[in-house]
Amino acid sequence: MTLQQPALPATAVATRPAWHRDRGRLFQEIGMLAPAVALLTIFLIVPFLLSFWTAMTNQPLVPRPTPVRFIGFTNFLRIFKDDLFWTSLWNVSRFTFWILPVQCGLAFATALLLHQKLPFRNFFRGLFFLPAITSMVVVCVIWGTLFQYPTGPLNQVIGFLSGGRIQPIDWLGDPNWAMFSIVLLSAWQAYGFQMIVYLAGLQGIPDELYDAARIDGANAFQRFWHVTMPGLRPTHVFVLVITTIQAFKLYTQVAILTQGGPKSSTETVVHYMVRTGFEEQKLGYASAVSVILFVIVLIIALVQRQLLRRFDV
Amino acid sequence: MASVTIEQVRKQYGAVPVIHGVSMDIEDGEFVTLVGPSGCGKSTLLRMLAGLEDISAGEIRIGGRLVNDVAPKERDIAMVFQSYALYPHMTVAENMGFALKLKGEGKVAIEKRVREAADILALGPLLDRLPKQLSGGQRQRVAMGRAIVRHPQVFLFDEPLSNLDAKLRVTMRAEIKDLHQRLKTTTVYVTHDQIEAMTMADRIVVMRGGKVEQIGKPLELYDRPANTFVATFIGSPAMNLFDGAIADGQFVTNDGVWLPMPADYRGAMAEVYGIRPEHLTIAENGAPATVVVVEPTGSETHVLVKLGSADANLVLRDRVDLQPGQPVHVAPNLPKLHLFSAQGTRVN
Repeated sequence: MTLQQPALPATAVATRPAWHRDRGRLFQEIGMLAPAVALLTIFLIVPFLLSFWTAMTNQPLVPRPTPVRFIGFTNFLRIFKDDLFWTSLWNVSRFTFWILPVQCGLAFATALLLHQKLPFRNFFRGLFFLPAITSMVVVCVIWGTLFQYPTGPLNQVIGFLSGGRIQPIDWLGDPNWAMFSIVLLSAWQAYGFQMIVYLAGLQGIPDELYDAARIDGANAFQRFWHVTMPGLRPTHVFVLVITTIQAFKLYTQVAILTQGGPKSSTETVVHYMVRTGFEEQKLGYASAVSVILFVIVLIIALVQRQLLRRFDV
Repeated sequence: MASVTIEQVRKQYGAVPVIHGVSMDIEDGEFVTLVGPSGCGKSTLLRMLAGLEDISAGEIRIGGRLVNDVAPKERDIAMVFQSYALYPHMTVAENMGFALKLKGEGKVAIEKRVREAADILALGPLLDRLPKQLSGGQRQRVAMGRAIVRHPQVFLFDEPLSNLDAKLRVTMRAEIKDLHQRLKTTTVYVTHDQIEAMTMADRIVVMRGGKVEQIGKPLELYDRPANTFVATFIGSPAMNLFDGAIADGQFVTNDGVWLPMPADYRGAMAEVYGIRPEHLTIAENGAPATVVVVEPTGSETHVLVKLGSADANLVLRDRVDLQPGQPVHVAPNLPKLHLFSAQGTRVN
């Protein structure tokens, strides 16, 4: 018995022109991509390009009868001549310099501790992560109360522990202390996120590496130094870069607690931008500040990419 | 080199016992494999030997020295892991020399020892590479290099070939065996692959549920398995087992199939009839069966038949022209018969 091949469908497929099939597929692909491309364009690309455009105009916040003019790089030149901008950049750099070791160090130490097989470690993981999911406004209210001068809880504890030898500190009112206070509460609020990233990094190091190191004769510190630290290299880079970028965007704490004061000691680039844009209503000028901030963050992101590539992540 | 003695060793995780009083003696220079299904406790036992797991009870001696409370680094052992456990940021040479570096050996001495080990394993051209730049087989060889560079008294291997493809596994099997023959270091090798155990070991320890089922030379285990578990675990395809009873000098399976018994059998009451696939042949005067599947492998033919309602495997050396559904008659090679009690213990 012989089987008859159903000739028609095979012939139909074979004779269908290639361009026809390709075009059908192209329409299908465009149709699939269109929603994502449209959303990205409307909510990311257009605002991004608009901010570049606005930065080169004298656009006010509230429309005026006079038309908006293209003024080229005038806003940028004015920013670079503004001492307050440089102060804000210096402040945010100071903040970054302090927040990196405090926040990342705290996160790393906590992650190392919670990576051990301790009782209730999942409970403590949740507990230590709690500030990270607490609204910054709430955190600021809590810490604002703790920082109260001269009779806030923090001053009372310090006074009690020092037997009254240390005078109450005006945490948020003294230019020498204000930025440090912001660092302290920011680190407390945000270290939970870095802790989780470090925990994930620690869990990614195979147990067999530790076993091999134990058999090779490594003590606890040597295992930490030769297995944990190299294993966390990409995590360290990631955490440091993310923290740096976040630090450069410091705003909420300053807006709620100090409004950039005292004596501009906590003025930050974003706070400066919001103030010029919304209080002084100079939207073009504020956009130029945002473009400068974007360039700074972009440089950090590029450095991150290079570092991650070096560590083969 | 050293002997290893394991005496009534037990391990419990909380209230859950996982090793139930295991004892064995491993002679100086011997190659012993621990084999068994997943979760049988073989890796736990090896880790206890290495000092990576505490012992709940019993004694472990290496070279006559009690090592129950001795740290892994003081036991003079080296271990090769399933995932190789190479330090990813160190080169091959640094990986191999790491233990010596921690010991405080000089740079020149380390280089010399690493070079020696690299020569043995043909790793010379790879010494400056990172583990990620190596193939699976090369990584495995580096892991062995890291072990031999220390000149340990005992080598411990924890399923070292499991991550390799079938072809490479055969090559590495031969390399490990060759290495042992050259170095003569006492070796304890854990595997779940009975072929690996059979081909490499001087002696095999078959484990199940945290207990030792049988210890013996590979062919001893194959020819005279102590129980049905060992009988089916060692050998591929597995031994055919038929439940039933002896009646009128023959064995009647629960399906009513009559199987021959040795005429002079005077042993205890057997309730399980075991015959290896290569000892079951097609014969005119055998028990009636029906062919289900025929698998020609080239060198031999595997045939699955139905004997009553039970499956039976045959391994035929000759090429045969059988078709599924074809009725045949199968007969056992009686001198190779294995008989077990209802509890699975060997009785013949």
